[in-house]
Order: sequence, then C-alpha cells, then structure tokens
Amino acid sequence: MATRPGATYGLLAEFDDPTSLVTAAANAREAGYRCMDAYSPFPIEELHHALGSHQTKLPMIVLIGGLVGCLGGYALQYWAAAIAYPLNVAGKPLHSWPAFIPVTFECTILGAALSAVLGMLALNGLPMPYHPVFNVPRFALASRNRFFLCIEATDPKFDVEDTRRFLETLNPLEVTTVAD
Amino acid sequence: MPDSLPPIEDPLHAVVGSGTPPVIAPGHTFGSVTDKISAIVLARRTPLGWYLGFGTAFLLAILLLVSLTYLAVKGIGIWGNNVPVGWAFDITNFVWWIGIGHAGTLISAILLLLKQTWRTSINRFAEAMTLFAVACAGIFPLFHTGRPWLAYWLLPYPNTMSVWPQFRSPLIWDVFAVSTYATVSLLFWFVGLIPDLATLRDRSQSRVGRVVYGMLAMGWRGSAMHWHRYETAYLLLAGLATPLVVSVHTVVSFDFAISIVPGWHTTIFPPYFVAGAIYSGFAMVLTLAIPIRAVYHLEDFITMRHLNNMAKVMLVTGLIVAYGYMTEAFIAWYSADQYEGFVPLNRLAGPYWFAYWGLIFCNVVAPQILWLKRVRDSVIVLFVLSLVVNVGMWLERLIIIVTSLHRDFLPSSWGMYAPTFWDWSTFIGTIGLFLSLLFLFLRFLPMISIFEMRTILPQAKVDDGH
Repeated sequence: MATRPGATYGLLAEFDDPTSLVTAAANAREAGYRCMDAYSPFPIEELHHALGSHQTKLPMIVLIGGLVGCLGGYALQYWAAAIAYPLNVAGKPLHSWPAFIPVTFECTILGAALSAVLGMLALNGLPMPYHPVFNVPRFALASRNRFFLCIEATDPKFDVEDTRRFLETLNPLEVTTVAD
Repeated sequence: MPDSLPPIEDPLHAVVGSGTPPVIAPGHTFGSVTDKISAIVLARRTPLGWYLGFGTAFLLAILLLVSLTYLAVKGIGIWGNNVPVGWAFDITNFVWWIGIGHAGTLISAILLLLKQTWRTSINRFAEAMTLFAVACAGIFPLFHTGRPWLAYWLLPYPNTMSVWPQFRSPLIWDVFAVSTYATVSLLFWFVGLIPDLATLRDRSQSRVGRVVYGMLAMGWRGSAMHWHRYETAYLLLAGLATPLVVSVHTVVSFDFAISIVPGWHTTIFPPYFVAGAIYSGFAMVLTLAIPIRAVYHLEDFITMRHLNNMAKVMLVTGLIVAYGYMTEAFIAWYSADQYEGFVPLNRLAGPYWFAYWGLIFCNVVAPQILWLKRVRDSVIVLFVLSLVVNVGMWLERLIIIVTSLHRDFLPSSWGMYAPTFWDWSTFIGTIGLFLSLLFLFLRFLPMISIFEMRTILPQAKVDDGH
C-alpha cells in the first residue's frame, strides 16, 4: 500500500452496539468487500464469522511448543542423569524414568504456555505501536463502548465515494476517512 | 469470560429468579463499567488511605529487607532451625504462600473452563494475589539455601564443575514446578491485562500514562481476528494452568511425601495439599476482597453472590482438609508402625499441642458456621473467618513440618524448635512485601477485568434474529 502523505487507509464506520456491527460486517461481506476489519471493546464470536475470517493456527503452535518442552525436558534429564553425570542413588537405575516425569510435565506446560502467548502476539503482529486506525480520534472509544468497521483501501471494490455511500446505508453513528 | 463460552447464567435473570444476588448490579453499560473501574487507576488524586496502607506495608517490606540482609551476612543460624528441625518457619511460610497463590489460578483458569461467570469480577486481583504470593514464597527456599547468591546452582546449566542437578530429588522438581508456575501465572495475568491496558492508554489524561500504558498494551486495537486468537490463547492457557496448579502443590507435597520421616511419608499428601492450598487461597481472596470492595465501592461488581460462592468453596475444601487430617490419623494407627502411630499422639498431646488444637479449631471447627446462610451473607463474619482460616492453614504447615521432625525415630535425637526474632521478622516482612505489591497493583492497574465485565452485560449478546 502507498504510504505517501494524505493517502487513505480506509473508511471507518462507528456503531453503538455489537449487533449493529455484526450485521454491518455481514452486509459488507455480502456486498463483496473482503479487505476489512472490525474493532470491538470485547470479543464477539459472531463477528469473526461475519467477517469470514479463517481459523487460527495457534492451537498447532501450542501443540508443537508443548511437545518441544516435553521432549526437551525429558532429554535434558536423561542426558544429565545417565550420560553427563551418572550417579548411583540407592542402587536405582541411571535412567530412572518415573522420577523424571514431574520435570517433564512442567517443561511441557512451560513450552506450551510460552508458545501460546508468543504465538498469539506474533500472529496478531503485536507489538505494533502505530496503526492507521489510531489516527481517528474517536477510535479511542473502541476500547470503551463503541464498535467499528473499517473497509480498507486495498480492497479491489474500494472507492472513497461508493464505499462511503455503502457504509452510510448500514446506519452507522458516523463514517470517517482513515488517513494512512 | 471469552465469548466462545456463553455464560450459563444470565446476570439479570438472577435478580428476577431465585433471589440469588446477581454477578453484576443491573443498570450498567459498557461505558459505565469501563469508567468505574478505570477511574480508580486514572484518578489524579491518590486517596489518603492508600498512602497509609502502602506506607505501613512498605515499612514491613523494609523489615524483610533488613532481615534478609542480616541473614545473608550472618547465615541461617539467625533462624531457630537446627537439627533435628532443619525445616521450620522458612518452609512453613513457603508452603503457605504457594498455597495462597493457588486460589488465583483456580479462579482464573478452572472456573473459566467450568463456565462460572461470577469469576469475572474477582479473577484479576486473584491472579495478582497469586503472583505476589509466589514472589513471597520464592524468597524462603532461596534464602534457606544459606547462600542465595549461588541459587542458580539449582538450575541445570553447563558448568565448569561438571555437575548436574539430581533429577531424582523432589527438591529439584520443586524448582521446576514453582518457576513454571510463576512464569505461567505471569503470562496469564499479562495476557488478561492487554485489552484493559489499551483502555487505560485511550482514557489516560496524562502523557506518562498514555506512553506507559501504550507500551504495555503493545498496540492492541481490538481487531476481530486479534480477539479470536486472543481468546484461543486465553482458553489454552487456562487449560494448561489447570493441570499445572494441581501439579505445583502436588510436587510441594512430594518434598515431604517422598521422604521416610513419620508424618510425611503418606500418599494422602498430594490431594490434601492441593485442597488445603485452595482453602487458604480462597480465605486470602476473601480477606482482600472484602475491604477492597468496601473501600473502592465495588459492591456493584463484587456482589454478595461472589462472597457467598467463595464461602461455599471454602466450606467444601475445608471439609476435604478435615478428611485429610482424619486419614492421616487413621493410617498412622492402621499402619501398626510405632513411629507413624506416635505422630498423631505427639501432635495431640505433645509439646506443640496448642498449635495442633489451634489448627483443628481454625480449619475444622470454625468454618462449619458457613453452613448457615446467615453467616455467608454477613460480610464481617466472613472477613473474620477468612483470617481465622489463614491462621489455621499456616498452623497446619507448621504442624506438618515441625512436629514431624522434632521427634522422629530415635528419642536420643529428639529436640525442640522455637522461632527467633528473625524467623518472625522474615515472615511478617513477606506479608509487608505482599501488601506493598498489592497496593501498587490497586493503584496502577485495573483490579477488575474491564473487558470481561463488558462481556457479562446483557447488551453484549449479539441479537442474531433467531
């Protein structure tokens, strides 16, 4: 996307309640818009469906993180207890696997939890201090009690005049142009 | 409460229905919930009471610093620990603090998975309580090593000494369990805070506030796809924290149960420790929630429903703990082992009888008044009772540790333990540290999850026309 000054990122429509936003998002999708995002002060499950977004890869990342933690934790103990520092404790075998389970378990949880948080942030592209929607002063209410739908300029169907007219039909409180 | 888990109880319905108090007072809007909670943090003027409370707590935290410094200089001889009672106040306090933390994770993770909407208004500060309690807990084993500057030896890392930690020891399991618990609790708490930090960023009047909250919020903007991943992550974290919290106190109980000391070597320990942890944790949540709710006028959000539910959890876990005491005594007798059999007798009538009977009173007898609805509805009685249970659970750990060690197999090596000034000052100091951190939290972060409170409002439901 162009980053020249004065460029438009998209058009932002403001709504008063979650139902209007979900309806608006569904209508926009029906009208053929694809490059859009909705912003709300709390999670709305229906919104995700209305926008036709794909499922997240996060559970797979967490599974892999957990497995890495599990295998890594066990391997560390095996290596330390049986290879690097073999120590006869009460005649127990060097590879005394039942004793290695608690640490293996903790490492599994640690690996999975770290990948859940870091994976979520990475997939969401956070931290991202600057985003064009923040240029709209009223967007501050997106974290309080207002609901926003933004149709982005990258959408093939996007046209400042037509899209604005379309958004007006969805009964928004206000439609604002988002500077890039 | 993420949207993927619809609340099983309609908050408004609760008023009309059975006479149960609602989880949120009626009449609130997205805006009013946001403003009320964020105003506590964003208020320009700090209440005088806050300074008094924080000042007192901070003085006690300084007592902790003095005690720990003196310990680092002199060694752990300043404590009353000595053969045969090598573990005493330090490990008692460690187990007590770790246990307190458990309620925070239970409220935030397990009750989330069980779709208990009422958890929403207490989970944030219960999680904060967990973090601060774990921080206090960590101090004890660290300083009990005597040379805390070498505490990193507990971690497996390649070193020129070519030695490795002994992974067959429950003490090293504890290192992993507690450090994982601290990390995961911190992640869970921070992830829960991100959307609220964005709210504070957008609402802060001061430049410093906008910059600091803005950096912490990491540019959160409430995008639909972000929320979707966020909820997935939050739910997965809850699913991971649930077995974790059970494992932590299980591993702590292994520190005792894996040994052969009479009174420690029992299979009942893991479940009994976990129940005790939840018991003491809920007592601490009540101890904190009752004054906070009164001082900050949060009766709309932390309603009698919450206090009632917590009282019920306390009653149930208290009964499990009582069952644990009975099983301990029964198995000691049934084992026909004279050393095991001696333990309960020594606890009941030995030199520490007053602590044992105090524990029975605090943990088993006193909480029975919770069967009465009148008691569960009385804020003052609940507050006093929560303090009683906190004392009782502390005594329980003291009894488990001291009475088991002071008279074990050989009467010739029996001994007595008495705490010194420094034992007490370190313990009281950690209470100061805990409260100092809590006061800072109340002042600078939203103590109730704002975005989750929005989701439990009736107007948060999307009317899809069906």
